[in-house]
Amino acid sequence: MSHFLAVVLFAFFASIVFGVTMRDTPRRMIRYGIYCFVLFVGAAIVLSWLMFLIAR
Amino acid sequence: MATEENKKTGAGQGSKPGSKPGSQQGFVYLPLIAGWLVPGAGHFLLRKWGRGALLSASILGMFVIGLAMQGKLYAGAHDILHLLGLAGDLGNGLLYIFSRMLGLGADQVQVTTADYGTCFIVVAGLLNVIAAVDAHNLRTGRKA
Repeated sequence: MSHFLAVVLFAFFASIVFGVTMRDTPRRMIRYGIYCFVLFVGAAIVLSWLMFLIAR
Repeated sequence: MATEENKKTGAGQGSKPGSKPGSQQGFVYLPLIAGWLVPGAGHFLLRKWGRGALLSASILGMFVIGLAMQGKLYAGAHDILHLLGLAGDLGNGLLYIFSRMLGLGADQVQVTTADYGTCFIVVAGLLNVIAAVDAHNLRTGRKA
């Protein structure tokens, strides 16, 4: 399993739980779940590039 | 919309007309305990089938993937970090207990992905605690 796939799986499952538990209505749950997923994966990509550039 | 969903799913059953959602009869902590022991069970008890299924699949999925990545199940509290890991693992309830009984999970982290697997298992436990508390909030009427 690649690191990126691990990140995506982690973000996927965690976002589902966050969406279901933190919002009341189905529409808001889906929106919040997508929001969390994008933040999880986006933050991982940004931090990865930062570490890559710092290491150079 | 939340009210419509409650009508469909039967949330608040057992409550009399005009009574507060939190004044239902029965053991109020049952969804909390059931949700901790079995992921999603707290929501199933409250007839929130969709939410329960999503939570159950997510937490179970993370736990199984963690084990498949040769993640470690914390067995004892040798130091503060192990204690925190054990607390996270215990959040999985019966999943953790049965896995320990069956000897699943690595004793030592030997490959890189095992570190991620260990993290998956701990986070699955923490998410299960969040889900159980959510079931409790639904039961007491704090959340619709």
